[in-house]
Amino acid sequence: MNGRIQTRIFLLVVVGGVWTLLITPILPGVTDLAGGYRSTFIILLTVIVLGIGWEFVYHFLQQFRWEKDWPTFFGLITAVNEGALVWLLLELEVIPGSPKVTLAGFLVMFITVWLVVWLVANGPMRVPFIRWRFRGGRLV
Amino acid sequence: MRDETIPVPGIGRIPDPRPTDTPAHGDLTPELIATAWWTDDMVERAGIPIVEVPFVSVGGGIGSFVTVDYLRICGVPTSAIKVFTQLNSPWESYEYLTRVSQIPRDEVLRSDSASTPDNIWGFPSYAVRQAFGAKSLRKFVEPLFQVLVEPIFTDYFTPKAGQAFTTMEKEHDRIGYAECVVRGQVRMVRRRVNGGYFTTLTPPEGAAPTARIAFRSRFVHVAVGYPGLKFLPDLQRYREEHRDFGTVVNAYEPHEQIYQRLRAQPGTVLVRGGGIVASRVLQRLMDDRANHGLQTRIEHVFRTFIRKAHGPHVWMRRKGSDGWAYQGFNYPKSVWGGQLKYRVRKLEGQDRADLYKIFGGTNTPKRKLWQKQMAQGRREGWYVPFQGEIDSMVPGPGGSVNVKLDTERGIQERQYIAVIDCTGLEADIREHRMLADLLDHGGAGRNPLGRLDVEPNFEVRGTRSEPGRMYASGSATLGGYFPGVDTFLGLQIAAQEIADDLAKQGFCKKLGVARSTSQWLKWARGKRI
Repeated sequence: MNGRIQTRIFLLVVVGGVWTLLITPILPGVTDLAGGYRSTFIILLTVIVLGIGWEFVYHFLQQFRWEKDWPTFFGLITAVNEGALVWLLLELEVIPGSPKVTLAGFLVMFITVWLVVWLVANGPMRVPFIRWRFRGGRLV
Repeated sequence: MRDETIPVPGIGRIPDPRPTDTPAHGDLTPELIATAWWTDDMVERAGIPIVEVPFVSVGGGIGSFVTVDYLRICGVPTSAIKVFTQLNSPWESYEYLTRVSQIPRDEVLRSDSASTPDNIWGFPSYAVRQAFGAKSLRKFVEPLFQVLVEPIFTDYFTPKAGQAFTTMEKEHDRIGYAECVVRGQVRMVRRRVNGGYFTTLTPPEGAAPTARIAFRSRFVHVAVGYPGLKFLPDLQRYREEHRDFGTVVNAYEPHEQIYQRLRAQPGTVLVRGGGIVASRVLQRLMDDRANHGLQTRIEHVFRTFIRKAHGPHVWMRRKGSDGWAYQGFNYPKSVWGGQLKYRVRKLEGQDRADLYKIFGGTNTPKRKLWQKQMAQGRREGWYVPFQGEIDSMVPGPGGSVNVKLDTERGIQERQYIAVIDCTGLEADIREHRMLADLLDHGGAGRNPLGRLDVEPNFEVRGTRSEPGRMYASGSATLGGYFPGVDTFLGLQIAAQEIADDLAKQGFCKKLGVARSTSQWLKWARGKRI
């Protein structure tokens, strides 16, 4: 689980960060760039922080699986519950820094970040980090 | 008497000179055979030529191949590596066993999409490569969709045997593997008094002026594969007593004659075993039945008949039904890099053996096609699985065989046109002469499962000859700190551990982020290294 958390943080920061940097200017509902970046990066940070909590839930669920694994598809579909929770918190305005995005902007950002991170995790990640897949996703 | 071991390519014994013989020039002497630690002088006195090379790998199968692949990628030149083998290609023996057990090149293996012996990174996986090599949109989407939703909505993606062999051949050529190969049989590896090892090779007859050649190396890698597959005693007894080798067979022997016979004449066949080989043999029988309109009846005997999910507790329960225990691959998936890998690594002795027992045991993947065929067979009454054991076998009329079965309903006598035994009894490591020599003279020992004991980095415990190291990988090391050793991915994990250890000793470069990426780019371009 330690490895999954490390991988999640690394990928969301590096891959998710670069992607957010690129996509924010063209997101629906973003009018001023500085405010837009402030909001999208707060959301990215929220996804990372909440994700650490989610990993505990997934780890628990894995224990019911004979293989003790987490199939690729689960890695994709968990976007739904994680995305919904972030949006709920945005709506309730309980996220520090009160980021402002429209639902469309949030959906485009969240789904694309998720997809890019998921794709990298399921292949290209193995190229620079050749030991990563054999160490439960630990990077350090 | 016929040998009790199932013949596979590359295994055959060249006899030692008898103690009463005057040793031929350049052959083993009684002094060498009896001494655990050899000096250069002793070898020279025997007239055995000494060849110096830093790294040798014994075996020459897929285990040697992936290890050499790793070392080549870590910058070791072909001149520093020698591979000793009797095989014509690294996959010869593997391909032989898969083919006779009914996985020809166009059928699928039981291996993950990212377990790619031709590519140490596992990216792009077999599924991705198959998709990008497709000629239609459907063929492009299919494998990708399968790896996306496996194993929840569909079977695991598994590569065709042919894809594994042709890609390995490409990598074989790319890394100049053939330059490392030396033909011959390894008789023994002995430690050298001033460090390192002597590996004695018996070259093919007429290939060298002396009977043996000694390779002096700092490092030795042992990957000799299965020590041997044995016939079960009842099968062995029947064949020896009745000199009938065609009706009662093991699935790892060529047994095409049985399928031919069933096409010529309808009959009932008995299949024994609950593993992947049994699944494949059933598929062949059922495919033939469907494709050629045959009337074959199949009776299937399981020693342990599994009816439902089983395991010690709710956190450790494997699916099962209709006799079978189901599991996608040889091991639960997290053995190769997840929770179970960590768990086993911490265990010693009996605790380790116990955990192996829980997730080991005979099992097979639950594939949709197989489920469908078996369900149809059960419904129509021509496929009958049951719990039981073979008590005895005697020849019956017209080339059939009468089998006495000990079942839940008592002793039953049945007549079959053939018996296909799909159980594999692996021979003790001592059956392999070189491994026996390592146990007797090399300082090696056994792990909790009785196989060769290796450290987590795959160094063979007890064999060190400073500054030399001896490593082992593959099936002979099953029972160690890492369970999946006898799989494609397991061989690569072992190769990685070995290469990392060799890098620490300055033999090769460490595969860090930069080197890994640049070497991958070379692989992707097919650039020779």
